[in-house]
Amino acid sequence: MLLIKTALRSLIGNGLKTWLNVFVLSFSFVLIIFMQGLLEGWNRQAVKDAVKWEIAGGQYWNQKYDPYDPFSIDSSASALPVTFKSEYAAHQLEPILISQGTIYPGGHMFSTLLKGIRADQHLLALPTNLLKSKNSSDIPVIIGMNMAKQTNLKVNDIVTLRWRDVNGTFEAVDIRIAGIFKTPVPTVDVGQIWLSLKQLQKMTLQPNAATILIKSDQVATQTLTAWPFKDQIEMTKQTVALVKAKSTGFSIFYFIFLMLALIAIFDTQTLSIFRRQREIGTFVALGMTQSQVVGLFTLEGTLNALLAIVAGTLYGLPLFIYYALKGLSFGMDTSSFGIPMDDRMYPVFTPNLIFGTIIFIIVITAAVSYLPARKIARMKPTDAIRGKAL
Amino acid sequence: MKSLKFSLSLLLITTISNAQNYPSGKSILDKVDNNMSSKSRVVTAKMEIAGSRATRTMVEKTYSEGDHKAYTEYLAPAREKGTKMLKLENQLWIYSPSTDRTIQISGHMLRQSVMGSDMSYEDLMNDTPLLHRYKADVTGEESIDSRTCWIVTLTAIIADITYYRQKMWVDKEHYVPLKIEMFAKSGKLLKRTTLSNIQKVQGRWFPMSFTYKDMLKDGVGTKISILDIQLDSAIPANYFNLGNLN
Repeated sequence: MLLIKTALRSLIGNGLKTWLNVFVLSFSFVLIIFMQGLLEGWNRQAVKDAVKWEIAGGQYWNQKYDPYDPFSIDSSASALPVTFKSEYAAHQLEPILISQGTIYPGGHMFSTLLKGIRADQHLLALPTNLLKSKNSSDIPVIIGMNMAKQTNLKVNDIVTLRWRDVNGTFEAVDIRIAGIFKTPVPTVDVGQIWLSLKQLQKMTLQPNAATILIKSDQVATQTLTAWPFKDQIEMTKQTVALVKAKSTGFSIFYFIFLMLALIAIFDTQTLSIFRRQREIGTFVALGMTQSQVVGLFTLEGTLNALLAIVAGTLYGLPLFIYYALKGLSFGMDTSSFGIPMDDRMYPVFTPNLIFGTIIFIIVITAAVSYLPARKIARMKPTDAIRGKAL
Repeated sequence: MKSLKFSLSLLLITTISNAQNYPSGKSILDKVDNNMSSKSRVVTAKMEIAGSRATRTMVEKTYSEGDHKAYTEYLAPAREKGTKMLKLENQLWIYSPSTDRTIQISGHMLRQSVMGSDMSYEDLMNDTPLLHRYKADVTGEESIDSRTCWIVTLTAIIADITYYRQKMWVDKEHYVPLKIEMFAKSGKLLKRTTLSNIQKVQGRWFPMSFTYKDMLKDGVGTKISILDIQLDSAIPANYFNLGNLN
């Protein structure tokens, strides 16, 4: 306790130098927690949004379906398996038929994916209720905001759609933009047109066919060779990997800030030991062992971290609470980024993140404080009292 | 009521008698084939592909025997020079000098555009006689550039076909198509080919200029002008050999 008191008194006695060190270190501490919290929040939001808009309880993919091979998409649908009949009837399983088409907004050619889904589905957040036709010649479709922006289409616009049926025969009709939805998940928006499943099955001459089946999380998963199942973890692994990669990228900034703070502490310690040689000699003459004096100086340096944590908590905590509740908007359109990202991001500060960062900063500050203090152990007490040990 | 029945009967009789005045679609297509088909062709052509910003011009030389064998080499521009295509029956290979690779275009890849033009590889590959794929009916007469033409309407008789319906305007005198329109099943016009600058080549009437246009998009389409054509000339067999590509 005496050591802590002595160390704290010396530290505060350093005045502005100490407070500058504490401020830089506290800034690094707040920045690390805030940025990591933001990435964690993005990760959770991205997964939640993907589940809400695209994945639901997981997807069965037709074994011929490869989303990265545009040449095989038109031939990757087959009849809905009979084992799913009851789930299908209960709307616990939603078949989606995927085909390719071309639209001609304003005379320009624009390749698109056509996705057929039941209008009365409730597994995904898509506004599919707008897909109900007004009459036999009306073909309502919905598109995402990004697609609307790219094609310059608005609600109630009529645009020509050309596609090929299962035999490869060209067909073309006019479709009506019944709705434009805003989604943070680009994989249900960019380059895609959603229309009624029955309509697309009729258009492509593939009655009862589907390319993927979206499952509710209320029903058990079945194992079918022709329809391999992709769970939520598998479907979101790319997003999670991307956020992890971003997190690694951000650590360069933490490293720079932390280095600045630690270099300042290292310099202060070195200078302090040089200027306080007589004090060190006196401590030893009064009966303290040299390792106790090393401990005192290490503690003094480490207290910088503790003061930084206190200071960081004072101005960081209200900041964390505010952004965790209100979110953070970057004021830009994120729909074209190709990754699930909401306009407003809500950071998540987990206990692991906060306490992990605190321990990390204390340990690293203690190490940086110990390195210059090692010189004390090599000092001759008589030289130290005369101020000539270094 | 009697008067209405009489009018309808008269209309029906007139329609039938008009239809009977038309030659059969098959006979028209046979005459087109007789005029235009040759044992072999060596054609040097210029292809102008109009894009939204600029027009690209290419020169190609094609050697073909019947409808089943064709070898094309691009002569210009420098970027495309040396690109070769070989079509044997229903198979198509492309050699690219920049990668020194030959790849086979098959399946859905055939639906892609040829060098960014309004034509697809599939359009080039269609060598099955029209009458094997379509029912041909003469449905009218019309003048194009002061040439009177039969309008032959072709309706698909097989399911596996690219265009469900085509309309062909055939010059009554020279038996050369002057315009071809391709329609979707819904009746929407998809593509239009106009053939012009008809010249007599070795006793046959031949269009020296084609314009191929995707009717759903803006632009002027792809124009092909024949610079030189030789019919029934001998082509060395090795031209139709895969080894000739690289």
